[in-house]
Amino acid sequence: MAQEIKDEMLHDHNHDGINRRGFLKCMAWAGTGALCVMQGGVLKSFSLSQMSQMGGKSAMGELSFVQISDSHMGFNKAANPDVVGTLKAAVDKINGLSTPPEFTLHTGDISHLSKPEEFDTVDQILKGATPRDVFFVPGEHDMLNDDGKQYLERYGKGAKGTGWYSFDKKGVHFIGLVNVLNLKSGGLGTLGPEQLEWMKNDVRHLKHSTPIVVFAHIPLWSVYPDWGWGTEDSGQALAYLKKFGSVTVLNGHIHQTMQKVEGNVTFHTAASTAFPQPQPGKAGSPGPMKVPAEQLKSLLGITEVNYVRRQHALAVVDSTLG
Amino acid sequence: MIRRCLRIAGLAAVIVPAVVLLIVALYVSAHAQQPAQASAEVKVDNFSFGPGTLTVAPGTKVTWTNRDDIPHTVVSTDGVFKSKVLDTDDKFSLTFTKTGTYPYFCSIHPKMTGKIVVQ
Repeated sequence: MAQEIKDEMLHDHNHDGINRRGFLKCMAWAGTGALCVMQGGVLKSFSLSQMSQMGGKSAMGELSFVQISDSHMGFNKAANPDVVGTLKAAVDKINGLSTPPEFTLHTGDISHLSKPEEFDTVDQILKGATPRDVFFVPGEHDMLNDDGKQYLERYGKGAKGTGWYSFDKKGVHFIGLVNVLNLKSGGLGTLGPEQLEWMKNDVRHLKHSTPIVVFAHIPLWSVYPDWGWGTEDSGQALAYLKKFGSVTVLNGHIHQTMQKVEGNVTFHTAASTAFPQPQPGKAGSPGPMKVPAEQLKSLLGITEVNYVRRQHALAVVDSTLG
Repeated sequence: MIRRCLRIAGLAAVIVPAVVLLIVALYVSAHAQQPAQASAEVKVDNFSFGPGTLTVAPGTKVTWTNRDDIPHTVVSTDGVFKSKVLDTDDKFSLTFTKTGTYPYFCSIHPKMTGKIVVQ
């Protein structure tokens, strides 16, 4: 995927120790503990050791939240026979963050088979996390058999259509989208005209300086269409966000961390809390990747996001479960 | 009154088993005369349907079996049929009686497509 990166930092203009190599480290596969900071549309990367030298306070923002994804409760195959244990480990990780997050985003595939008891288990485990509020968007595994009826009953209060919604926190505008329903044969994720129209109106009256965070299950950028890792009509959604100076897109679905910057938009995918999937094209199919038990937690993780108002920055930090 | 009830009960005791026997006999003979139904298999494995195109004669029962660690579905592109979600080792069967081409896909992973040709 490296060749798809459009914005690269080739020179160390600011003499802050960030160069292209540092940038590449930032987009390294699967949770190496890099800190990526967006400033004025430019991505900067720091290793976690540099971050500690910076001092915790300067890296902290006015708004801090955490993203988890793909907990696949109910999955019990060889790639991870204990998805309860790894979700609990993710909660421990959240509770141990130096800046307590204000809320959690879950970017879908909460359950493996849309069973009520699977949702119940996740809800119960997430009650152990310090942030009280959890904002969900559905994955395809959460809307099996009933086109999302059960999901909407559980998580869709106040949502529009098949579960999309927006809210504001400390000047940041959050948009949760659904791109896992009504998928067409041979196609990718889909938002659909009704949701796109809603989104257009949702952002119409916002100031250009408003930082935007979009979260949805399937990536809103073309990660690897051969495996369905992309969204058919995401281009239209992103067109509505062109006027904004800072847009951060958070996705799940591909069970690995990946980042890309294109103009004003930073795209980021979170690791799963359940099992890893192969890098694009590196296996016959995107099925669960079996790794030695002692390596598993190094491929699962959580993502912390900080917003610093004066610095016009959103920092995205991945950390692994072990 | 009591005597009449007893008489009806006695009659029922004779008639009911006779009717049951008759139904069983008819069922067995009907099925004994039918040739064994043709069947065919599609394996759902490694995020693909195998064979991708399956050609069968009318009346063939096609069974899909999910061999993946991930659930899949079998959904007709034209809305003719739709399975429930198939977890690992779950099966879905359908008898195709009319000739024609039936394209289908996995509604969870729509890059997975296949086709049943009945001729």
